[in-house]
Amino acid sequence: MNAIDPTHISRLVRLLGADRVLTRQEDLITYSFDGTPILNEMPGCIVFPDSVPQISDILKLADHHRMPIVTRGSGTGLSGGAIPVPGCIVLCMVRMDRILRIDPANLTALVEPGVITAKLDEAALPHGLFYPPDPGSMRISTIGGNVANNSGGLRGLKYGVTRDYVMALEVALPNGDILRTGTACVKDVAGYNLKDIFIGSEGTLGVITRVLLRLTPKPRAKKTLLATFASTSAAAETVSAIVAAHIIPCTLEFLDRTTIRCVEEYAKIGLPLDAEALLLMETDGHPAVVEEESAMMSGIAREHGAVEVTIAKSDEEAVRLAAARRTAFSALARVAPTTILEDATVPRSHLAEMINFIQQTAEKFKVRIGTFGHMGDGNLHPTFLTDERNHDEIHRVEQAFTEIFEKAVALEGTITGEHGVGLAKKKFLPMVIGPVGLEVHRRLKQVFDPNGIMNPGKMFDEQEGRDGAERK
Amino acid sequence: MPAHHPIMSRGFLHDLDYSVVQQCMHCGLCLPTCPTYDATQREAASPRGRIALMRAVADNKLEVTRVFGEEMYFCLGCLACETACPAGVDYAHLFDMARAEVERVGVLARPKRNLIRQVTVRWLFLSRGRLRWLGRAMRLYQKSGLQTLARRSGLMRLLPKRLRELEPLTPAISDRFTPLGYQTARAGEGPQRKVGLVAGCVQDIAFADINRDTVEVLEQNGCGVVIPPLQECCGSLHGHNGEWELARALARKNLDAFGAENLDAVIINAAGCGSHIRHYDRLLADDPGYAERARIWSAKVRDISEYLVEIGFRKPTPSSRPTKTRLAYHEACHLVHGQKISRQPRAILASLPDYEIVELPEATWCCGSAGIYNITQPEMSAQLLERKIRHVVSTGATTLATANPGCALQIITGLRLRGMAVRVAHPVTLLAEAYRAEG
Ligand SMILES: Cc1cc2nc3c(=O)[nH]c(=O)nc-3n(C[C@H](O)[C@H](O)[C@H](O)COP(=O)(O)OP(=O)(O)OC[C@H]3O[C@@H](n4cnc5c(N)ncnc54)[C@H](O)[C@@H]3O)c2cc1C
Ligand code: SF4
Ligand code: SF4
Repeated sequence: MNAIDPTHISRLVRLLGADRVLTRQEDLITYSFDGTPILNEMPGCIVFPDSVPQISDILKLADHHRMPIVTRGSGTGLSGGAIPVPGCIVLCMVRMDRILRIDPANLTALVEPGVITAKLDEAALPHGLFYPPDPGSMRISTIGGNVANNSGGLRGLKYGVTRDYVMALEVALPNGDILRTGTACVKDVAGYNLKDIFIGSEGTLGVITRVLLRLTPKPRAKKTLLATFASTSAAAETVSAIVAAHIIPCTLEFLDRTTIRCVEEYAKIGLPLDAEALLLMETDGHPAVVEEESAMMSGIAREHGAVEVTIAKSDEEAVRLAAARRTAFSALARVAPTTILEDATVPRSHLAEMINFIQQTAEKFKVRIGTFGHMGDGNLHPTFLTDERNHDEIHRVEQAFTEIFEKAVALEGTITGEHGVGLAKKKFLPMVIGPVGLEVHRRLKQVFDPNGIMNPGKMFDEQEGRDGAERK
Repeated sequence: MPAHHPIMSRGFLHDLDYSVVQQCMHCGLCLPTCPTYDATQREAASPRGRIALMRAVADNKLEVTRVFGEEMYFCLGCLACETACPAGVDYAHLFDMARAEVERVGVLARPKRNLIRQVTVRWLFLSRGRLRWLGRAMRLYQKSGLQTLARRSGLMRLLPKRLRELEPLTPAISDRFTPLGYQTARAGEGPQRKVGLVAGCVQDIAFADINRDTVEVLEQNGCGVVIPPLQECCGSLHGHNGEWELARALARKNLDAFGAENLDAVIINAAGCGSHIRHYDRLLADDPGYAERARIWSAKVRDISEYLVEIGFRKPTPSSRPTKTRLAYHEACHLVHGQKISRQPRAILASLPDYEIVELPEATWCCGSAGIYNITQPEMSAQLLERKIRHVVSTGATTLATANPGCALQIITGLRLRGMAVRVAHPVTLLAEAYRAEG
């Protein structure tokens, strides 16, 4: 069961200390999964480095003996990126959680990869700054995990995603070398843009050991609106019209009818149960602009057939309205034992079509799907409410999401907007990147990780799968 | 001892409805709220790690090992994870079942541990008479000057280290216990509501005044109060420490003692007991003689602050005192997480004319008392207490309100060790005082 040679375990213990190397069965079980439903695999051991030289030494050992390494932040990933490869070393980064510097003059923060996303945001606040990427998991996700998955959040339309905030990276390569890429300069064109290759690399190329992030001044005001619609297309048209009116809201979140009903059932906010769609809209910035934009958004929503529009008059009311979106995931998650959160994404103009397609697909395969998501950036979260022990239903769920991915790609969208490929979407990746793209991915991996120890088998197989299934 | 279930064959976790274990989607959102994960950064000491271990046992992938047992007892049972959980995982039940399984298999059995459990969980806390007897003995020890003598003379040093560390935790015993059998005398118009009061055990012995204050406040708000004489310990200690069958026996005795069918509400002022007795329905669901009565009982259980807000308690009249006392509120885990009651005690505190409320940082973070955790896990408990006291000090408050006797004892000890002059009081006591001050 424990596939790691005892002499290697002793080496690791000498490197890190006995309490930083876990090998007990009870510990292995608790690191055999991440946030991804259904999938799990037993690791060989878990190690907790707290310095870059330690990481470098661990990698050298692993590379020399061809032992697979799975880097892990908080294990909240939803595509299986941090699920162990059988018998691997799990390199858990949570102890490297220091915020090394906040630089209000250059608007940057230098952090270790184990820093919790929300803690960085809190640390920036006293300087009047904030860190915009806010994944739903931000109270526990790590910056390293955010960078490795290029995570998004609720504010993507206006503020972008993690990639837009990474200025420089330090990465430990599998041979133990330390690579530094990027600078604190807003403009920097010296050499290839290597840092962008590591952003979203899902732990398959190297271990991110330090991150220089950009911070942004905190907007002075914010206004929250909630609108309900009798049809999904009315909601989608509202979103397009808002953007066409040159308003870039910081939040444009959508809930479909299943989600609305679950939210109302759970949180009793007073949402109309006959609504087909709901939009939560927020604009932030200068108080005068916020005032004007919120009035315009409300007008546009009404023009496009909103049944009801509420503008929050106080902070408490804003919190109450925002609860509709904030509780969406919780409301859905408690309905069934197994919750599968997908993130198919399409260009904004195809949103209504995509949402309707998801609803038809749910009916076709007789599965329950609640859809919510980031309407502003086309990123939808069709959420499957199922039971992993019902094999027949799980089979239908798989058929349903396969059709949904195919449709997203047909609409010039993608199979994953923010959760990553990992294990869960590996077989669908060629659908998006094509055979040439896959080949380039493999060659790139060879360059950084010639012995294939970094998270092997995630995102794509280094060798062509025998059944050729990947080449669609 | 009768088996847990007539049909039970495989163990508590195996017999659990699988959907309860399965409900955890291992999202990790509970991790930052878990004090033991915060301290160790190890998954096995996190809620989702513990649930994964329980599931592994239920799936026959893991035997109930000593390590498993230790992790289950390292858990505080503070239920902060339940508040954070988006999926509505019933951690409280999983936790009780896991500990029951640990005791059933006996992986932690050691002569000393067995003796302590035998004396406390299985003997002392099974009878109010024994508890009160011990209470009287301790009162004598404290009042006679023996305690001071023992502390000064260095006699304490003769005790084993562990016991010596615990001695300061022994509560100051109330002068009078709770008046069992009490019944509100019918006044002129007669009370509109009839409620029964659960006296508690620690509350009864160390904080009997809180029970008196509770009666007084309820009567002031038009309730007729009875304190059924035959009530026993609520059984939470047993339920949380693997003695499921004893917990069921105590629950039955209390159902018999109260006759909740004839009451408007069953009132409890100790958070830890409250979060347990609310679940008598589940505890006795398969007991044909009691299931229905337990259901009625559970529907009527109210925490005192919850009930006062529900019936629209009378706000004390404004006072003429020029200065206000700074007051901070520590949210007992089993009130805020176990029963999701937070707004109501705060509403009571906000109604007090002589106090100004300052927000306690990390008010919902466990103080380390956690039932008998401060005895079983002194190190972790001390760390948490230290953290709590630091926050209390930072507020500059001179009164700290909290609604659980365990928390109160723990925090009083922490304050005493640092020589801090902060008063610790139950919200209902403060309300009773405000009513009295009206004259
Ligand atoms: C309830 C919930 C809500 C979520 N909401 C969102 C959301 O709104 N937007 C979004 O984008 N995602 C969301 N996620 C997904 C997930 O939280 C993010 O992908 C997050 O960035 C993962 O961080 P982590 O620290 O948990 O990483 P992990 O899950 O531990 O790891 C994720 C990947 O990163 C790699 N990795 C981790 N650290 C390093 C490092 N230092 N160096 C190299 N590789 C590393 C791992 O190998 C793995 O491939 C959500 C998840 C949950 C459970
Ligand atoms: S009950 Fe408290 S200590 Fe136990 S797992 Fe939950 S949060 Fe952690
Ligand atoms: S928050 Fe709930 S569902 Fe998520 S890991 Fe914790 S217990 Fe499981």
